[in-house]
Amino acid sequence: MTDLERHSYDVVVIGAGGAGLRAAIEARSHGKRTAIVCKSLFGKAHTVMAEGGIAAAMGNVNSKDNWQVHFRDTMRGGKFLNSWRMAELHAKEAPQRVWELETYGALFDRTPEGKISQRNFGGHEYPRLAHVGDRTGLELIRTLQQKIVSLQQEDFHATGDYESHIKVFAECTITRLLTDESGAIAGAYGYFRETGDFVLFESPAVVLATGGIGKSFKVTSNSWEYTGDGHALAMRAGGSTLNMEFIQFHPTGMVWPPSVKGILVTESVRGDGGVLTNSEGTRFMFDYIPDVFKDKYATTPEEGDRWYTDPDNNRRPPELLPRDEVARAINSEVKAGRGTPHGGVYLDVSSRLPAETIRKKLPSMYHQFKELADVDITAVPMEVGPTCHYVMGGVEVEPDTGSAKVPGLFAAGEVSGGMHGSNRLGGNSLSDLLVFGRRAGLGAAEYVESLGESRPQVTDAMVAAAELEALAPFTTEGGENPYTIHSELQESMNDLVGIIRTQAEVEQALERLEGFKARVAHVTVKGGRAFNPGWHLALDLKNMLLVSECVARAALERQESRGGHTREDYPVMSPEWRQVNIVCRADGDGAAIVRQPLVPMREDLLDLFDVDELKKYLTEAELPKGAH
Amino acid sequence: MGYKARFKVWRGDKSGGGLEDFSVDVNEGEVVLDIVHRLQATDAPDLAVRWNCKAGKCGSCSAEINGRPRLMCMTRMSTFAEDETITITPMRTFPVIRDLVTDVSYNYEKARMVPAFSPPADLEPGDYRMAQVDVERSQEFRKCIECFLCNDTCHAVRDHEENKTSFSGPRFLMRISELDMHPLDTVDRREVAVQEHGLGYCNITKCCTDVCPEHIKITDNAIIPLKERVADKKYDPIFSIASLFGKTKERARRTPPPGKNA
Repeated sequence: MTDLERHSYDVVVIGAGGAGLRAAIEARSHGKRTAIVCKSLFGKAHTVMAEGGIAAAMGNVNSKDNWQVHFRDTMRGGKFLNSWRMAELHAKEAPQRVWELETYGALFDRTPEGKISQRNFGGHEYPRLAHVGDRTGLELIRTLQQKIVSLQQEDFHATGDYESHIKVFAECTITRLLTDESGAIAGAYGYFRETGDFVLFESPAVVLATGGIGKSFKVTSNSWEYTGDGHALAMRAGGSTLNMEFIQFHPTGMVWPPSVKGILVTESVRGDGGVLTNSEGTRFMFDYIPDVFKDKYATTPEEGDRWYTDPDNNRRPPELLPRDEVARAINSEVKAGRGTPHGGVYLDVSSRLPAETIRKKLPSMYHQFKELADVDITAVPMEVGPTCHYVMGGVEVEPDTGSAKVPGLFAAGEVSGGMHGSNRLGGNSLSDLLVFGRRAGLGAAEYVESLGESRPQVTDAMVAAAELEALAPFTTEGGENPYTIHSELQESMNDLVGIIRTQAEVEQALERLEGFKARVAHVTVKGGRAFNPGWHLALDLKNMLLVSECVARAALERQESRGGHTREDYPVMSPEWRQVNIVCRADGDGAAIVRQPLVPMREDLLDLFDVDELKKYLTEAELPKGAH
Repeated sequence: MGYKARFKVWRGDKSGGGLEDFSVDVNEGEVVLDIVHRLQATDAPDLAVRWNCKAGKCGSCSAEINGRPRLMCMTRMSTFAEDETITITPMRTFPVIRDLVTDVSYNYEKARMVPAFSPPADLEPGDYRMAQVDVERSQEFRKCIECFLCNDTCHAVRDHEENKTSFSGPRFLMRISELDMHPLDTVDRREVAVQEHGLGYCNITKCCTDVCPEHIKITDNAIIPLKERVADKKYDPIFSIASLFGKTKERARRTPPPGKNA
C-alpha cells in the first residue's frame, strides 16, 4: 500500500454547498467532530450559481402566504409524486432557516418596512423568494462559509486550534464509502487533488451533500463537479436512489455563443416581468397552459400584465408556470420552426422594464449577456432554450432524519430524492438545502450518539481494494482518453434521454451505455497523480455512467409523462403511475430497478386541497371518503 | 469563423517550469477557458486548472492572461487579434501547485482572522429590520466571488512576500469594511484592521479595483472609508474617551433600532 493519510471524525460531510455546510454546522453544534470534504475550494460549490432566491412562506410581501400554501404549491409543482412528509417539513421550516441566515450575517434585499423582501417565481402562488438581486446562491454559500469560520474562531478560543471541531478538506474527492460486515458505514476513502495522495476518513456517519448529475448531459447549467458522485457512492454502499427519471430542464439557458450554451438565465427575469415570444412575435405560453393549471393562470396578455400590480384580482401570466411546462413549450416552438436564429426563443425584459431597473434587479444577467454574448438585455431580447439543470431523483432517505437505507449514511440537498417529486419549483432548492441539511446533520449526530463506544471498523482489506480501484486508470495502457468518452456520453444522454423521450431512443441509450462501460474499464491516463484532471475525470466517469444508467432504466420503465419525464409515446399523466416510485440499486457493474408504492398522503394534508384538484392527480380509490 | 491561435501556457510545479507553446482551434464566441479545456481534451490531458461555473460567478479560474490578472471564463477570445500570441500564467502572488493552479491558502487563513459578524445578543431570528439603503453598502462588497485577483495584483504582497504575515490584502480589508457597515453588527474592528490586517500598507493605488471582475469599488467604497474611520478614532478625543467605556461603535445615526416582528 502507498502512503495513506488517516483521519478520525464523528461525522464526515461530503460536499460543501448549502446542504453540506448546513449539515456540518448542525453536527458541530451537537458537539460532533466534523470534517467537510469537497472537490473544489471552500466556497466554490454549485450553490453559488443559484440566482433567484430561497422560497420560504414568511408572508413579508403578501401576508396571505403560509406553510400550507407553500406545501400545496410544492406538491402541485411535483405533480403529487413528492414525498409529502418532506414537502411538509420543508414548507414549515423554511422561514426559520432563512431567518437563521440573518443571524449568521446574510444581507437580503429588504421591503420598505425593513423586512426580507420576497419575489414572485414560477409555481409559487405568492411572492415568496427571499433574494439578493440575482446572486442569492452566492449570499447563501458565503454566509454559511463565514458561519463555519466563526465556529472555528469559537473553537480556537476554547482549544487553541481553529480546526479542533470542524475542518475543511478542500480539493479532496471521495471515491468509495467503506462499510463493515453488517453493512454499516465505517469510513470514506479518497484522494487529494493537489497531490494525488490517498486519504482515509474513519467515521461512523457520512452525510452526502454532493449535488447533482448534470455533467452527464451536453447542454447543462452544471459545473464539472456535478458527476453524480453521491448517488453512485450511496448505491455502491448498498443504498438506493429513487425518481431518477425526473430531470429538470430549466427553460431558460443561454443558447449563443456555443461556448456558453446552457448557462443559466434566472427565472427572476420572468418573475420580474420578462415575457417569452417566438420568431413570429407571439407570447406563445398562453397556448401551453395544461388542464391541471387552467384556472390558475391568465388567459390573455392583458390579464397577465395586470397581475404584476394587482395579484388579488388577476391570474398570473403563464410564463410563470412550473419549469417543466415552460421547457416543453419552448422545445415545441423551436421544433415547429418558430425558434430564433440560434435555436431558442426570445426572452424579453427590455420592452417591459426601464433599463435602470433591469440593471438593479438583474445585475448578474446584465453582465453575463454583456460580457459573454455582447447582448445588452436592457435594449434587446435574450435568446434562450432549455438546459439540464437539476435532478429531482436522488438517494432514498427518511424524511425526518435524512437517513439513507444504509446505517450511518445520510443525504441532503440535490443528491437526496423525494422532496420535489417529478418537478422542482424554482427557489425550493436553496430552502431544501437548509431544511434538510440541518436535519441530516442532526440525524448524523444522533446516530453517532446512539452508537456509544462501538463504532464500525475499517479494515486493511477495504482500504487496499479502494486504492486498487482508484489507481486502475494508471495501470492500463493503450486505452482511450477519458475526455472522448465523456463527450460521447453527454451527446447520448442529451439526444436520447433528454427533454422528450421515446422507448426506442432510451433503449438505444442503454445500448450505448454498455459500450461506454467497456471503454471506461480500459481508459488510460497520461501524467502523474498530482493535480491531474484527466485522472479525476476517469474516476468521475464511472459515477456518471452508473447514474446515467439509472436515469435511462427508470425513464424506460415509467410509461407516462409527468414533470421532468416526458414520453412522446406515453404523453398522458396517469394516476396509476403516480402511486409508484422507481427505485434503483447497484447491480454488478450496472443498475437494477424495482417499482415501489408511494406512501399515501396523511389525511390532514390531503384536506388542504380541493377535491376537484385532487381528482386531476389521484385515482378514484385514493380520494378522501365521501368525495366521489 | 474558426482560426488557429498561438498560446503559451505556463506548465510546471513548485520545483520549476516554463512556458509551453500550443497551437489551438478557436471558434466564434469562445473564452480563454474554452481554449484551456480544448487543450486538456487534446494535447495536454493533465494540464492542471481550476474552474467551476464558467460564468463568472464562482471565482475559481483566476490566472494571468498576457500578464493581467483575469478570470479565464470571462476573457473572450474576440478581445485578442487573431495573430496575437496569448500567454497564460498562474497568479504570481501565490505559490504554484501545478500549471495554472496556485496555493491560495493565504486567503483562507486571513479570512479566519477577521472577527465574525456579531448581532445584538437580544435580537431574535425573524426580528431583524434593516433599510434597503443601509444594507446596500455592505451588499456591494458581498458581491465578491473570492477570485482573489485583487490580492494577486496588490503590490504590497505581489512584490513583497515578507508582507504576507502582516497584510491581508484588499479582499479582507473589504470584508472588515463590509462587517463594519453591516447595520446590525456590534463589533469594532478598527484596531484589528490596523494591527492584524495591515490597513496602513494600502496606499490606494486602486489596482485591486481595476482587476475586480465584479466591478466592486474596493478602494473608494471599502478601504478609504475604513481608513477614514480609523483616523477618526485615532484623532477624535471624544471618541477616545467614549471608547474607555466600552461602547465604541456608533450605529444609531445609520439605522433605526430593530423593531419587533409584527
